[in-house]
Amino acid sequence: MADNREFFYRRLHSLLGVIPVGLFMTQHLVVNHFATKGEEEFNQAAGFMASLPFVYVLEALIIFLPLLFHAIYGLYIAFTAKNNVGRYSYFRNWMFMLQRWSGVITLVFVAWHVWETRVQAALGAEVNFQMMENILDNPFMLAFYIVGVLAAIFHFANGLWSFCVSWGIAVSPRSQQIVTYATLFVFVALSIIGLRAIFAFV
Amino acid sequence: MSEQKTVRFIITRQDTADSAPYNEEFEIAYRPNMNVISALMEIRRNPVNAKGEKTTPITWDMNCLEEVCGACSMNINGKPRQSCTALVDQLEQPIRLAPMSTFPVTRDLQVDRSRMFDSLKRVKAWVPIDGTYDLGPGPRMPERKRQWAYELSKCMTCGVCLEACPNVNSKSNFIGPQPLSQVRLFNAHPTGAMNRDERLETIMGDGGLANCGNSQNCVQSCPKGIPLTTSIAALNREATMQSFRSFFGSDHAVD
Ligand code: SF4
Ligand code: FES
Repeated sequence: MADNREFFYRRLHSLLGVIPVGLFMTQHLVVNHFATKGEEEFNQAAGFMASLPFVYVLEALIIFLPLLFHAIYGLYIAFTAKNNVGRYSYFRNWMFMLQRWSGVITLVFVAWHVWETRVQAALGAEVNFQMMENILDNPFMLAFYIVGVLAAIFHFANGLWSFCVSWGIAVSPRSQQIVTYATLFVFVALSIIGLRAIFAFV
Repeated sequence: MSEQKTVRFIITRQDTADSAPYNEEFEIAYRPNMNVISALMEIRRNPVNAKGEKTTPITWDMNCLEEVCGACSMNINGKPRQSCTALVDQLEQPIRLAPMSTFPVTRDLQVDRSRMFDSLKRVKAWVPIDGTYDLGPGPRMPERKRQWAYELSKCMTCGVCLEACPNVNSKSNFIGPQPLSQVRLFNAHPTGAMNRDERLETIMGDGGLANCGNSQNCVQSCPKGIPLTTSIAALNREATMQSFRSFFGSDHAVD
């Protein structure tokens, strides 16, 4: 790393994880949730997102560039840690390790997911209810999607907690505790939304 | 009770700074109220291992013998702590002693803790009062703030928090929680605060504050009960403000 850039990179990594990547993921899960209303509704919602003006610019600036930075720098962070939950099995230390694991799982999942949907769309396939139904028909893929989505949601929710601490929003032990509960709620709520959407396709 | 009670030790030894470590077992007579250091002294008096072979006495560090200097820290049954306050009666046997793994081993259980003292120099963990003339008395510190700061000042540079931190290791350049909390202490001091921005800029450099990954092991492990993670979060807030001040410019560099 270049001299004294680390602080900037780390803070940027923390920020981008929430804005825009985390917010995009939340919006994505909410749009997917239309699948529970039926094929028609989902295709309409997905079609609306795809028809936004400047969609390539939006995609690049809100999704791919921030995601790429967050993923690459995140891998570097994950592999400089030496986990020690065997010796220190405290709650936060577990979260520390799970944050790194879930990040790596999410990266694998998202890479595959982008390949299967966005890249295929660029190659001429149509991304719609039918497509997801076909993918999730395979029980292995279904399991992969469930694990991937839950890992991504966990990573976001727990990352929200770290964000609050890293930026000095939650300082005292009590405020950090309250943020733990709040992010736990985010995890549960988004998990319900994400899983309901997945099961709407099977 | 007629049988002679003994205490068993398995000690990780290392003859020189770069030789390979090995384990050696010892068995010594039990005495009431023994601590790990008194046991080590017993071995030193008669350096014979459990097999009955004559060996070299074990090297370790110590000074105050009352958990205020931090020199005697080592891994005892896997956890870093001060050997002077580790009571044999409260430990599971065999008692395993090993040097802390975060620091270079000098010999046996003795490690070189210089990196922590270097960090303290880097962050200027002192109150500068020298001038070419008498600067007069400094600003007063409110008593209640002094009481609060006293807790932070209890740090004995023992290294337990660095040993506990998953982000302090040979792959990373993180300075660890100990010097960070000292920045908060000296920035809280009314005279120390006159160099607040310098200390903040230092810990905003590479290997500094931002490398904390919040596993929060440090605060659970500190033998002095220093609120390390609160210090780090408070410094995170300060660093956020400092980064705005230095990016946009500010009239409030030190106040
Ligand atoms: S902060 Fe606590 S654990 Fe860390 S060096 Fe100081 S006294 Fe030891
Ligand atoms: S000898 Fe000073 S802390 Fe143990």
